[in-house]
Amino acid sequence: MKSLLSFALLPLILAGCGASPWNSPYPAADEGRNIAYSSFTERPKHLDPAQSYSSNEIAFIGQIYEPPLQYHYLKRPYTLIPLAAAELPKAVFLDAQGNPLPADSPPEKIAFSVYEIHIKPHVRYQPHPALARDAGGNLLYRHLQAGDLAKIHKLADFPQTGTRELEAADYVHEIKRLAHPRLNSPIFGMMSEYIVGLKEYAQTLAKAQQALPPGGYLDLERYPLAGVETVDRYTYRVKLKGKYPQFLYWLAMPFFAPVPPEADRFYGQPGMAEKNLTLDWYPIGTGPYLLSENDPNRRMVLERNPNFHGETYPTEGEPNDAAAGLLTDAGKPLPFVDKAVFSLEKESIPYWNKFLQGYYDASGISSDSFDQAVRVAAQGETDVTEMMKAKGIRLQTTVTASSDYYGFNMLDPVVGGLSERAKKLRQAISIALDYDEFISIFANGRGIPAQGPLPPSIFGFHEGAAGINPYVYDWAGGRAKQKPVEYARKLLAEAGFPEGRDAQTGKPLLLYLDITANGPDDKARLDWIRKQFQKIDLQLVVRNTDYNRFQDKIRRGNAQIFHWGWNADYPDPENFLFLLYGPNARVGKEGENSANYENTEFDRLFERMKNMDNGPERQQIIDRMVEIARRDAPWIWGFHPKQYALYHAWYRNIKPNLMANNGLKYVRIDAELRARKRREWNQPVLWPLGLLFLALGAAVVPAVMVYRRKERMAARPS
Amino acid sequence: MINYILRRLLYAIPILIGVNLLTFTLFFVVNTPDNMARIHLGVKHVTPDAIAKWKHERGYDKPLMWNGAAEGAQKAADTIFFEKSVRMFAFDFGRSDEGRNISYDIRTRMWPSLAIALPVFAIGLLVNITFAMLMAFFRATYIDFAGVVLCVAMMSISGLFYIIGGQYLISKLLHLTPISGFDGGLNAFKFVVLPMAIGVIGGIGAGSRWYRTIFLEEATRDYVRTARAKGLSELAVLFGHVLKNAMIPILTGAVVVIPLLFMGSLISESFFGIPGLGSYTIDAINAQDFAIVRAMVFLGSVLYIVGLILTDISYTLVDPRIRLE
Repeated sequence: MKSLLSFALLPLILAGCGASPWNSPYPAADEGRNIAYSSFTERPKHLDPAQSYSSNEIAFIGQIYEPPLQYHYLKRPYTLIPLAAAELPKAVFLDAQGNPLPADSPPEKIAFSVYEIHIKPHVRYQPHPALARDAGGNLLYRHLQAGDLAKIHKLADFPQTGTRELEAADYVHEIKRLAHPRLNSPIFGMMSEYIVGLKEYAQTLAKAQQALPPGGYLDLERYPLAGVETVDRYTYRVKLKGKYPQFLYWLAMPFFAPVPPEADRFYGQPGMAEKNLTLDWYPIGTGPYLLSENDPNRRMVLERNPNFHGETYPTEGEPNDAAAGLLTDAGKPLPFVDKAVFSLEKESIPYWNKFLQGYYDASGISSDSFDQAVRVAAQGETDVTEMMKAKGIRLQTTVTASSDYYGFNMLDPVVGGLSERAKKLRQAISIALDYDEFISIFANGRGIPAQGPLPPSIFGFHEGAAGINPYVYDWAGGRAKQKPVEYARKLLAEAGFPEGRDAQTGKPLLLYLDITANGPDDKARLDWIRKQFQKIDLQLVVRNTDYNRFQDKIRRGNAQIFHWGWNADYPDPENFLFLLYGPNARVGKEGENSANYENTEFDRLFERMKNMDNGPERQQIIDRMVEIARRDAPWIWGFHPKQYALYHAWYRNIKPNLMANNGLKYVRIDAELRARKRREWNQPVLWPLGLLFLALGAAVVPAVMVYRRKERMAARPS
Repeated sequence: MINYILRRLLYAIPILIGVNLLTFTLFFVVNTPDNMARIHLGVKHVTPDAIAKWKHERGYDKPLMWNGAAEGAQKAADTIFFEKSVRMFAFDFGRSDEGRNISYDIRTRMWPSLAIALPVFAIGLLVNITFAMLMAFFRATYIDFAGVVLCVAMMSISGLFYIIGGQYLISKLLHLTPISGFDGGLNAFKFVVLPMAIGVIGGIGAGSRWYRTIFLEEATRDYVRTARAKGLSELAVLFGHVLKNAMIPILTGAVVVIPLLFMGSLISESFFGIPGLGSYTIDAINAQDFAIVRAMVFLGSVLYIVGLILTDISYTLVDPRIRLE
C-alpha cells in the first residue's frame, strides 16, 4: 500500500522536493530570497509611458521610468519632491509679448508659463540592446536585417546590451511622443491645450507620417516642437499657455518620463513589431527596477536595475511615522527588494487563499473574505480578526481620493435645470439615499459619506461640522446625521410633487436610473436604491444596461440619473471641481462633466480657482464653489471609498500613498521570516490520500469476488 | 477518400464565411467601433480626435459591410468585414486591437492549454470507459445502480464547484499542489496536476453514463449472446467485442473534440491562472478586442470542421464496412 502511494505521488514529490512547500507556486530556488510577491488581475495594455494611464499599467512602469518629480512617500498632504530633477522647477510667467511678469501676477495677465527643468547628472539607463554599441561607438542593433531577428523572440535574446547617461533631450523626446500619430496618448488632447505648439506639432507629424512608406520610421528629432526645447545636456524648457500650476503634478507621472530616441529607432525597425518587440512591451528606464520578464499571461518580473543612480529612504515624515517604524530605514539606500514577482491572478478566491498561505505579501479584502479578515468593534473601529492576528497580519486603512456618486443629468426636463423646483427635487432625493446604511451594507463599512465633490486629503476639504453638506446633513452628537425623511418629503412637496405625485396632473413621478450592474451582488444594491426612493414615495425604474450603451446614453445626454465615479489624477481640488465645470460638459463638449452641470457663478469661480496657489484666498473660493454645488445638488454626493489592505508581518515600510506610483523601492521584506512561516503554514497533509487509496483497494476486493462468482454461475434461462 | 476529404474541405469554405459573418454581425450589433475605441483608450480624457485616430489606424473607420461611396467591387471590398475577414482564410490573423501579433500569441498560448486538455482528454476517456464498462458488467445490480446514481449526482454538480472544491481541499487544506499558477517545462507538472484531476473527475458523471448506455445497447446484441454461448469470459466479451463495436459512437464524441483541445478551457484556465487560449478568448471578449475574438472563433470553427473530418476518417478505421466516397 505504502509503495503504491509513493508511486502515485512520486511526480508530485519530485516537483515539490527542495526547501519550498509542495503547494508553493514559486521555484524552490527562490525560497528565502529577497523577493516581493504580488499579483495583477488584468494584463496591462500599455507599458509605453506616452500611453499608460491605468493603475494596473503604472504599477509596473512607475518602478521603471523616472519622471522629473515624485510624491514624498511619507509626508501628508501629498508633497511633490524632485526625482530625476535636481530641484522643483519654478514657473516663470510671461505676458503676450514675452516679457517676464512677477510671480504674483493675476492669471489673466499671464500669457505663458515657462518651466525650466534641470535634471541630475550621471543618471544612466538600464542595460538595453537599443543602447548597445560596437567598438566604434555605433549602435549595434541600429540596422538590423531580416535574418538578424530569426532567433530573436524576446528582448533578452539580444546578446549585447548597453547604456548611456540620461539627457534632457530624452525628456523632450517623450513630450514629442505625446503627439506621435501612431501613439494614442490619453493626455494629448488635454496637454495640447497647454503646451505651446503641441497641437500643431501633431498635425506636422501626421503629414510627415503620411509621406513615409508603410512601416517607415518617423524621426521626431527632425521636427522641433515650439513649446519644448533642450537648453543644455541637463536642462530642458517647457512653455505653457497661460498659468497652469497643476502641470507640476503631471511632471510626476510617467507621461513625462524620459525615453531615449535610440529606443524608438530600435523598436521601429522592420520585423520588430511582428515579434511583439515594442516599447509598449519592453520599457527602458532609469528607475530602481527593470522589467526582466514580461509574460502578462502568467507573470511579470521586475529586477533591480544594476545602473540605478541611487536614492535614499526618506528621513522625515508625519509625526506618527517614527513610532510606526516607518523611519527605521531613514537614509538607507533604495531599493531594498531585489526582485518583484507579479503573478496573474484573475479570481479572488485563489488570490485570497494564496495570501493566507504566505505566497503573496499583501492583499486587498473582497466582500467575501471581509468577515474572515476584519473585526468591526461597537464603536466602529476596525481591526483584524484573531485568526489574522495569529498569522501576524496587519490592517491598514485609508480613505481614497475618489468619489462614488449618482449624477443627475442637468439637461433632463424633470430632474435637471437650476430652477428652485428642480433643486428641491434633487435635494429631496439626496436626503432619501442613506449613505451610512449603504456603506454599512454594501461596502462593509469601507467608506465615508461624501459631503461634496472634494474627498479628504484634497486641499479645500473641511473636517467635522464645518465640512458637512447642510442641505442633506445636520451636525448632531458630534457627527453628521442625515436629515429626516419627513424633511425630504417636505422639499418634494415644495418641488411640486407632494407624496411623489405631480401636483398638477396627479400622476406619480417616475424616475429612471441608468446603471451597469451585472454582478451577482448588484440585485440587492438595486433593490436598496429602489427602496430609498420609495421612502419619499418616488418610483424608480432601473435601466440596467451594458457598458457601451451606458456610455452612449451619458454622451448623448439620454440618461436621467446615473451611477458614476472618479479617481484623482493628482491631489488638487481642480481635479475634482472640473467635473462640474460647465464648458467641460459631456454632451456636445465630450468633457468629464457627466452631469452636464452648468452654473455661471460656479464656472467663473472655477476659472479663478484653478490657477491659484493653495492658500486662504483659494480656500475661500473653493468653499463658495462647494456651497453652490451642494445647493444645486447635481450629484447625490455618494461616498469616498476606504481602502483596506492587509500585510504580512514580513512586509515592512508600508504607508498607503494614493498618489505615488513608485512605492516598490521603499518596501522591505524579511525573507527568512517569510520562508519559515510558509513552511509552518503549508505542511502537506497526506493521510486523506492514503485513506482514499485504501478505500479504492478495499472496493476492488469485493468487486473481484463478485466477478468470480458471476463467472462461475450457471446460465439462467431467460 | 481523398476526393471525399477535398469535397468536405470545400464545403467548409461557405461554413467559415457564414461563421465569420455571424461573428461579425453579433459583435458589431453590441459594439460599435466607437465603443471599441473608448474601451481601448480608457475612460478618462478620451477626445473625439483620439477615437477617430484609433479607428483609422485599425481600419475601423470604414463602413461595416457595404461601402456605398466606393466604386464597383470596392463597394464590398472596402469595408471592415471584407478587410478583416479575407486575410483569415490564409490564417493571417493580423494584430490585436491593442497591437499584439495574434498568431504569435496563439502559438505561445496553445501549449499551456494542451498541457491540461490533452491529459484530461486521454485519462478522462480511459477512466470513463473503464467506469462505464464496470457498470455494464454489473448491470442491473446494486453496483450498477449506485454507479448510475453517482454519475447523475456528479453531472448535476456545477463544474465551478469541482474547481473551487478541488482548490479548497487539495491546495488549501491538504497543501499538496499550488492553488493556481503555471510554469514552463517540467515545473508545469505541479500546476497542471490539480486542474487535470478536476477535469477528469468533473467529466466522469456525464461521460461514464453516456458510455454505459452505449455498452448496454451493444451488450444485448446477438453477437454478444453468441460470444457468451461459446464460453467466452465476461471480460473477454466486454473488452474484446462490446468495446470494439461500440467504437463508432465513442469516436463520434471523442475524435471531434481532439482538435478543439487546442482552444483550452474558458473557466478552468481563468481559475487556475493557466495562460492558455481559453483565458485568451475570455480576456479578448472582456476587452472587446474584436480582432482576437474573430480570430479565435474562426480558429475554433476550422478546428471543429477538422474534427468532423477526422471523425469520418476514423470510422473507416474501426468499421471496415464504411467507405468514404
